[in-house]
Amino acid sequence: MAIAEKQLLKHYKTMLVIRLFEERVEELFGKGVIRGTAHLAIGQEAIAVGVASALKEHDYITSTHRGHGHFIARGADPNRVMAEIYGKKTGYSGGRGGSQFMADLSLGFIGANGITGGSIPVATGAALSAKLKESGKVAICLFGDGASNQGTFHESLNMAATWQLPVVYVCENNLYAMSTHVKDAMAIENIAGRAIAYGMPGKVVDGNDLFAVHDAVSDACVRARGGEGPMLLECKTYRLSGHSRGDQCNYRDVEEVQEWGKSDPIVRLQTALLERGLLTGERDAEIRESVAAVVDQAVAFAEESEYPDVSTLEEGVFA
Amino acid sequence: MNEYSYMEALRSALRDEMLRDQDVFVMGEDIGIYGGAFGVTQGLLERFGKDRVINTPISEGGFTGVAVGAALTGSRPVVEIMFMDFVGLIMDQLVNQASKLRYVLGPQAKCPLVVRVACGAGRCYGPTHSQTLESWLAHIPGLKVVAPSTPSDADGLLRAAIRDDNPVVFIEHKLLYGEKGPVASPGGEPMPLGEARVVQEGDDVTVVAWSWMLAEAEKAAAELEEQDISVDLVDLRSLSPIDHETVVDSVKHTGRLLIVEEGYRTAGMSGEIAMRVFEQAFDYLEAPPRRLATPDIPIPASPILEKAAVPNTAAIVASVKDLMAYQG
Ligand SMILES: Cc1ncc(C[n+]2csc(CCOP(=O)(O)OP(=O)(O)O)c2C)c(N)n1
Ligand SMILES: [Mg+2]
Repeated sequence: MAIAEKQLLKHYKTMLVIRLFEERVEELFGKGVIRGTAHLAIGQEAIAVGVASALKEHDYITSTHRGHGHFIARGADPNRVMAEIYGKKTGYSGGRGGSQFMADLSLGFIGANGITGGSIPVATGAALSAKLKESGKVAICLFGDGASNQGTFHESLNMAATWQLPVVYVCENNLYAMSTHVKDAMAIENIAGRAIAYGMPGKVVDGNDLFAVHDAVSDACVRARGGEGPMLLECKTYRLSGHSRGDQCNYRDVEEVQEWGKSDPIVRLQTALLERGLLTGERDAEIRESVAAVVDQAVAFAEESEYPDVSTLEEGVFA
Repeated sequence: MNEYSYMEALRSALRDEMLRDQDVFVMGEDIGIYGGAFGVTQGLLERFGKDRVINTPISEGGFTGVAVGAALTGSRPVVEIMFMDFVGLIMDQLVNQASKLRYVLGPQAKCPLVVRVACGAGRCYGPTHSQTLESWLAHIPGLKVVAPSTPSDADGLLRAAIRDDNPVVFIEHKLLYGEKGPVASPGGEPMPLGEARVVQEGDDVTVVAWSWMLAEAEKAAAELEEQDISVDLVDLRSLSPIDHETVVDSVKHTGRLLIVEEGYRTAGMSGEIAMRVFEQAFDYLEAPPRRLATPDIPIPASPILEKAAVPNTAAIVASVKDLMAYQG
């Protein structure tokens, strides 16, 4: 199902929020304001928003170490995402999880994940419970090209196809796992091609095109909800930022980054909106201003929030 | 003696062993052009090429198993696992494959495998990137486990681990990579595995620590010295086999024991070390042995919580003072 026109500006804005949020996180790390590490989704916003826009409110979604954007697209409060990155009490995990470990089950967002490939069986399990409970829910599993080389990927896809589970595997193929190019980590061209080995359809999608991602995920969800089983979508994209904090990117050429920069998903959407007459320069400026306010507010919220109380350190290990 | 960082010591030991023995190769994620997550393997790809510096897909369970197979057939692989937390993914290869081969198959088989891992908190990396899980490994017969705390030990023990004909898990600490110190014999001889090192002699209390906790304990010992408490400080270095003799001898001399570890308290290393002291030096004890460990909680990311979770110098000083004040 195509995206309703009246939703488009909202999606455009969400993509901008993610971009600016990530840029701000990078800046705060640079200044030493926040500690730990963070993996930014700059350049991959169309996947986060395209996926989220295709889901129903009650569906499940699992994420990765590069999860801020997925979470914000799914409706997370940027204030609380930022507070979690800061390690503050008001963060989604009360500061315990940090950048790679947050969730909001009420949004169906059942977790970012610091273990590469760790969330693939978890998403599959959410689909299993949806099937057992006949809830009509679908699980979306986001993961990277690198994660698709973990055993969990292969084992999960086999089970999902065998059991015809309502799950959609969405691979964000950004060409690299840290410094390792996909060509140095697998002998095939398309990860989507692996689907056939497990008995499910696979499809290559332009991951920098919001419309393409939305349509592909929508169609896969219709299939899954109709009891036709899982599907593997491979969204081709590129991370315009480094892998994580401190990455010098010595493994890739500046020209490659520039080339992919021409396919910036936000610029592509902006161009499409302008062409269709859905956006004007003036409206764009307004939107960008309101986006800056959202991110400023998130930083202010995180700054003003308190750190967790040390007396709580040993609380809550068991349910 | 020259000063090296812990990281440089590891890198030069790897390079020397690769030069010395053609059968030695390294494998792991992003160890090629990136030089490893913490930079240890920088320069090795340029020097030895892709066949001996094998940059793997993200498939820890798989490539560790590949290394076991290579070790069983005459190679001497050195595997890098980025974060010790990820040993969860390779446990079957260690527990049910590598560690069993010699005992079951006899002298026809050996598995000269080294698995290097980076452990420890202190960087606010959160619950899945900060753990110290050595007691899992020390529990397994047939695996050797070492955890150097100085550049010199990093150098000597890594050489020894590579030349050893058994699987060895080599535990590095994130906070130690930048620490500098003299290296006794750069380019020189390996150190024996399985021997503790007495860092300083003292009369009042035995403190046993290793890896990053040794650095905290050294600072504590210096503070305690100023308060006229003399610490016999033992760097365990090897967690399997454990040099119980050195610990027991020290406790026989001081009568008091504190063990400091970064792993979780329950079923950690401390319980094992203290039990041997009970068995072999009970009559010498002037106070019940004590331990400091990370409480039984996942290690939180928040700086303030992380700091509170892991034992530090102040906690060691306080614990030693409690031990000294014990009246029976
Ligand atoms: C089990 C495990 N192995 C390694 C890592 C370290 N690591 C974190 S992200 C990453 C690369 C992941 O690549 P990919 O799946 O393509 O996702 P991307 O970072 O490109 O979004 C690696 C190796 C990890 N967190 N977990
Ligand atoms: Mg990738």
